[in-house]
Amino acid sequence: MANIISDETIDYVGILAKLELSSEEKEQAKKDMGRMLDYIDKLNELDTEGVEPMSHIFPVSNVFREDKVVNGDGREFTLANVPERKDDCLVVPKTIVG
Amino acid sequence: MSLMKLTATGLGKKIQNKEVSVTEAVNAALDAIEKKEEKINSFVTIDREGALKRAKEVQQLIDRGELKSNLAGVPVAIKDNMCTEGMLTTCSSKILSNFVPMYTAEAVLNLEKAGAVIVGKTNMDEFAMGSTTETSYYGATKNPWNTAHVTGGSSGGSCAAVAAEECIYALGSDTGGSIRQPSSFCGVTGMKPTYGTVSRYGLIAYGSSLDQIGPVAKDVTDCAAILEVIASHDPKDSTSVKRDDYNFTSALVDDVKGIKIGIPRDYFGAGLDGEVKEAVLNAAKELEKKGAILEEFDLSLVDYAIPAYYIIACAEASSNLARFDGVKYGYRTSEYNGLHNMYKKSRSEGFGQEVKRRIMLGSFVLSSGYYDAYYIKALKTKALIKKAFDAAFAKYDVILGPVAPTTAPEIGKSLSDPLKMYLGDIYTISANLAGLPGISLPCGTDSKGLPIGMQLLGDCFKEKNIIRAAYAFEQTREYRHSPLSLS
Repeated sequence: MANIISDETIDYVGILAKLELSSEEKEQAKKDMGRMLDYIDKLNELDTEGVEPMSHIFPVSNVFREDKVVNGDGREFTLANVPERKDDCLVVPKTIVG
Repeated sequence: MSLMKLTATGLGKKIQNKEVSVTEAVNAALDAIEKKEEKINSFVTIDREGALKRAKEVQQLIDRGELKSNLAGVPVAIKDNMCTEGMLTTCSSKILSNFVPMYTAEAVLNLEKAGAVIVGKTNMDEFAMGSTTETSYYGATKNPWNTAHVTGGSSGGSCAAVAAEECIYALGSDTGGSIRQPSSFCGVTGMKPTYGTVSRYGLIAYGSSLDQIGPVAKDVTDCAAILEVIASHDPKDSTSVKRDDYNFTSALVDDVKGIKIGIPRDYFGAGLDGEVKEAVLNAAKELEKKGAILEEFDLSLVDYAIPAYYIIACAEASSNLARFDGVKYGYRTSEYNGLHNMYKKSRSEGFGQEVKRRIMLGSFVLSSGYYDAYYIKALKTKALIKKAFDAAFAKYDVILGPVAPTTAPEIGKSLSDPLKMYLGDIYTISANLAGLPGISLPCGTDSKGLPIGMQLLGDCFKEKNIIRAAYAFEQTREYRHSPLSLS
């Protein structure tokens, strides 16, 4: 395997991805990612010098519209699926430690 | 004859002519679901009560002459990644196992306006990440042709439900082949429209630049009719395209004289099963007999599509799935220590293995230091692939090939080697990278009795070319009902 994923890398990816992995999962993830990157490295065979990266297939520009409210009061709409709610607020753990 | 054997437009006509009531049609679907679901597991949610209530409303509108669509009253199943107001929408994931949307996806709304009756939500690979419908939190869906085999994926529930005749037609979504490949494995017809044709509003995003909703049905006529209803320009989806022509059914003509069909040699090389190859090439010959001009050519870059796809799709997925954090909706872990721990635990407990694998790969290829080497490289490759298709479509009206290298594998044989599973998407994935429309339709069965599909690809906005060629081929072959549909 050409790509060896280190513990530091997989921990860093865990932080970026907001995932908590058990040590077993971590080992598997290191293997899976290394193998996938080996495969992906095939792209290096391609000469892409001077090629413009294509994020969208069609030549589209920004889509603008008037900022008009069309959906009314969406409070219940927004809060309907909240895991924990208090009155009109959603409840989360303390974010600022005073 | 059971009503469930009919096509959507066939049943729709009977409903309009008052030969069949909407309630009869919906009951036929619900009865079929009740009888077959235990064997097949196509559905995550079945809405018996809602469907019967809706049947009465639709019947009244038809009776008053207010609903004239030939889809009015026809029972449909919706892939469980499209939001349906008041109906559970899980994406086949634990993290959305309690999510009841407050609004309906635009494509589904368009169907409802035409009088469709939703009988339930279909099973899929979790967040549409997979090629077998085995990564679902709700268990694998089984192939109606042989329940020891997978349905393909990720729209496996939709395709199985159509093939088993638990519904008349269904909606699926296609990010790398997720409509076309399971359609092929289940012996039904499925279509991925040009990117931007069907609104993605209310479709739970996987890879936003690749995702497209499309129809799954028994035949090409139904696919064209359904696409005509679900396609629309939607200001709520900033990538929605306003098209000049939505009249897809006008291409249902049995005439391919002079149509130029390109057959990419690269789609018939090593890795393609012999029986699949033979069936697809025989199908091409049928079109030739009808006057189409066949020519082999080298498409090139085929081997680079999968690596480019997995970088782009996973990168977009890692960003799109950041919204699942246990705060606004969905699953929240029961015990946690502070905000970040709650995010991490909710996500780690809520997502399945394949989803986590893709989120991690996506986070990695977007991370600083790797972004240019992977993500930008993939976008450049995408540009080259698009160019290769542009060159091909300068010469050909339609590109013809297989949908997948093999027929449906056995259940339990794919997930242990993810990379091998990814390679199965080789013929479908490029259409998503290049935004092209594609259709998969049955063209044979292998020695195990499993369906083989043929794929037709068209240039962007040229759905009519592939509809026409597919329709002409379909006239040479009778629709085969799956064994489970006959039981």
